[in-house]
Amino acid sequence: MKRWLLWVPLVGFAALLGVIAQGLLKPADRTVRSAMIGKPVPAFRLAAIAPGKPGLASDDLQGGQPRLLNIFASWCIPCIAEAPQLLRLKQLGVPIDAVAVRDTPDAVADFLRRNGDPYARIGSDRESAVQLALGSSGVPESFVVDGQGRIVLQHVGDIRADDVDAIAAAVRNAR
Amino acid sequence: MTAELGLAALWLAAALALLQIAAATLGLRREGALGEQLRGAVRPVAVAQGLLTAIAFAALLAVFSGSDMSVALVAENSHTAKPWLYKVAGAWGNHEGSMLLWVTILGLAGGAVALLERRLHERTLVATLGAQAVIALGFYAFLLFSSNPFARLSPAPPDGLGLNPLLQDPGLAFHPPTLYIGYVGISVAFSFAVGALVTRDVGPAFARAMRLWVLGAWIFLTLGITAGSYWAYYELGWGGWWFWDPVENASLMPWLAATALLHSVTVVATRDGLRAWTIMLAVVAFSMSMLGTFLVRSGILTSVHAFAVDPERGTFILALLALYIGGALALFGARVGTVRAGATFEPLSREGGLVANNLLLSVILGIVLIGTLYPLLAAAMGTQLSVGPPFFNATAGPIALGLVALMGVGPLLRWRRDDKDALVSRTLPALGTTLLGMAGFFALGGVTRPLPLLGLGLALGLAVASIAPLWRRNLRRTPLFTYGMVVAHLGIAVSLFGMAADSVFTEEKLVAAQVGQPVLVGPFSVTLQGIRPEIGDNWSALEGVLRVQRGEGTPFLLRPQQRFFAAPPTTTNETAIRTEADGQLYTVLGRQGADGRWQLRLWWKPWVTCIWLGGALVALGGALSLLGRLRRERQVRVDPHPTERWT
Amino acid sequence: MKRLLLLAAVLLSAPVLADSRLPPASFADTQLADPAKEAQAKELMATLRCLVCQGQSIADSDAEMAGDMRALVRRRIQGGERPDAIRRWLVERYGDYVTYDPPFGPATALLWIAPLLMLAAGVLLARQAFRKKPR
Repeated sequence: MKRWLLWVPLVGFAALLGVIAQGLLKPADRTVRSAMIGKPVPAFRLAAIAPGKPGLASDDLQGGQPRLLNIFASWCIPCIAEAPQLLRLKQLGVPIDAVAVRDTPDAVADFLRRNGDPYARIGSDRESAVQLALGSSGVPESFVVDGQGRIVLQHVGDIRADDVDAIAAAVRNAR
Repeated sequence: MTAELGLAALWLAAALALLQIAAATLGLRREGALGEQLRGAVRPVAVAQGLLTAIAFAALLAVFSGSDMSVALVAENSHTAKPWLYKVAGAWGNHEGSMLLWVTILGLAGGAVALLERRLHERTLVATLGAQAVIALGFYAFLLFSSNPFARLSPAPPDGLGLNPLLQDPGLAFHPPTLYIGYVGISVAFSFAVGALVTRDVGPAFARAMRLWVLGAWIFLTLGITAGSYWAYYELGWGGWWFWDPVENASLMPWLAATALLHSVTVVATRDGLRAWTIMLAVVAFSMSMLGTFLVRSGILTSVHAFAVDPERGTFILALLALYIGGALALFGARVGTVRAGATFEPLSREGGLVANNLLLSVILGIVLIGTLYPLLAAAMGTQLSVGPPFFNATAGPIALGLVALMGVGPLLRWRRDDKDALVSRTLPALGTTLLGMAGFFALGGVTRPLPLLGLGLALGLAVASIAPLWRRNLRRTPLFTYGMVVAHLGIAVSLFGMAADSVFTEEKLVAAQVGQPVLVGPFSVTLQGIRPEIGDNWSALEGVLRVQRGEGTPFLLRPQQRFFAAPPTTTNETAIRTEADGQLYTVLGRQGADGRWQLRLWWKPWVTCIWLGGALVALGGALSLLGRLRRERQVRVDPHPTERWT
Repeated sequence: MKRLLLLAAVLLSAPVLADSRLPPASFADTQLADPAKEAQAKELMATLRCLVCQGQSIADSDAEMAGDMRALVRRRIQGGERPDAIRRWLVERYGDYVTYDPPFGPATALLWIAPLLMLAAGVLLARQAFRKKPR
């Protein structure tokens, strides 16, 4: 048997250890991000769900002006925490549209009454079809869409107070 | 007081482990009377260390069964109002307690080696016990410095927080001890390998001593995997029994390595070949059991089988892993070249078959290892990806079927040299059964997918082939370990049959059921009679009452539930399963649909029970083998200086 | 009456999870009428990863999103789409993470070649045991 062969196991083990230690000491980000960044918003048309508010279609996101697309649900608790930040963004002049996932008109109306209403349009996504088409894996999530309807940024999870400026800037830069 | 006694016992045991290492190292270096005295001290110290760990664990059991809430671990993991069985099981239903259980089994195993092993050369035994003490010392340090199970809590709470309701299950209460016994048995085999490397004493005597421990460990690992698979099957509620989940793979890898080791150690014991390879396998098997523990506890990979995870503990286990395995592999590289090469042999022989067995098992092990860890490697390179059933089935599946085919031939081969024509005539019945079976399932059973068809045929062929070694033999005089092999191989055939049958014959019915309207699945007619509420200790549930009738048989009721636990808020599916002689009816209650109907998930799974029955048979075969080997060891006259021929 | 009250209590306390109160999507737990198409859907679902679970496929997860993904798969299979195309559609949205069948590419070449490499290395190593003369 060749002598060097006897050291192969040790080398293999060291490599294995390296991979594991890397994973343990520098845990990779486990957020599932959308692969749709830089691509146009897929075509969709969602019915209205809130009284007096239009539904949402992909065409609405190509009006020449960048917009924030918020994926939310009345049954989602972090969405309540996110609501004040969305209102501030609206004050800063960011137009916001929404996709309400697996929701009912009553529950949405109730949610908007309690937490404020920053939305221009809300589309009802009863079977998460648009959510899946966007590559979103939970609520809440937000997408910055430029004037031509291209997705330029995805924000996973609720928007915190210190995320507001960055998102407002992203919308401004998307012009 | 009891807790302090336990802690003191633990410290003492650690001190003794240190003493054991020192005595073994010095004793092996010094010649003359001093060396002899030092070596002579190792055995009693190992026995005392085993006793002390037992005392420490008994103390832990005592504080748990007496609900001493001033002990932090008890307060966090137990409750005064819990049934006694779960109070006791609570002792190891947490990280600290389970680590103490680990070292207790390790300590007892070390003591048993010291007391019972009389066959091995004295120096090799001393080196083995020294290695065992090094392993134990690392875990003592882990317990004493970062996971003290006996820490006190002041002020003591009145009741305690309780054990996770999901863990209050008799199966789960005894699952960890089973696996730990397996892991510790493997660690003893590892120590034997290190001991033999230190004294360059790798030969049949060493192999026979190690084989008993490998067999014992392997039985428990087999039981652990079988029970774990059945638990996942009835608990997760979608009819699956193996998901190639990291935690499952973590339990499979040591088993694969131990299975290979079990077969290669037989070659060393019988023909004195495969020496270096067997040493290597012992190291690999132990590293896989450590890696398994690490993967489960560090939370480094996402798994369905949620477990309390902690990166800091992961770091400690990883450091121990690096130390032990790195050390052993360095010793291997430096020493194995100077161990006399073992015998070489004819390809067409029993030992040739065992080499092929080891080759295929090792490749499967490698596939499982790389598939499990590849997402980590990819993450380090900045890509997110998933490796799952399609990969494992496509790569390990065909090799496993090849292994099964080999299993049909291997036991029929003669040691040293065999004749090709004679072999063909011996394997003809099994080959014929395989082909006939495949033809039958294809023509009559309508099975067309190639892999399951091959699986079904091979299962039948292997069943015939496993019994073939008993053919024309005096059954009375056939040694018990031969029966063990026959039963274990038969178990694999039974299990394979169950897997293949489940993959092709399962009938699935997903329905929105209306009360009173029968649903047909397989040979059964299932009628939802109503939904009732049920209240348990710490849960409430909706229970579907299903009236089931098979053909014209007596109807019976099944009651699948959806359970809601308040703290932590979880919903679980409680499946209701009916076991018949030829399979299982598996029922799950789903949610209520928009039209008010209830979702039912029904599966008729012909022969699925064979999967776990086969696993139990494999373990039984191992037990018969172990008994047979122990009996044979007794019968053989003990040679006072047995190993001198090999050193 | 007591039973009924109890039932109401259990039903009301049910949505403790952050789940919507809507019933599952139409095709989430309803099989396709055509057994061949259902088998195709089933096979595909078993190889798609549930995005909100701890390592389960959408075929064996209770999560709502897994249900919606099952509905999506069944509806598209029903519409005559090929399983491969559906998988590609999802990979375009979620990356390779969503498929349990890692596609062959630069990042996965090692994974797919490794089994063959190990087999070859094993055969070479095993041959040593058969050489006639010890060193």
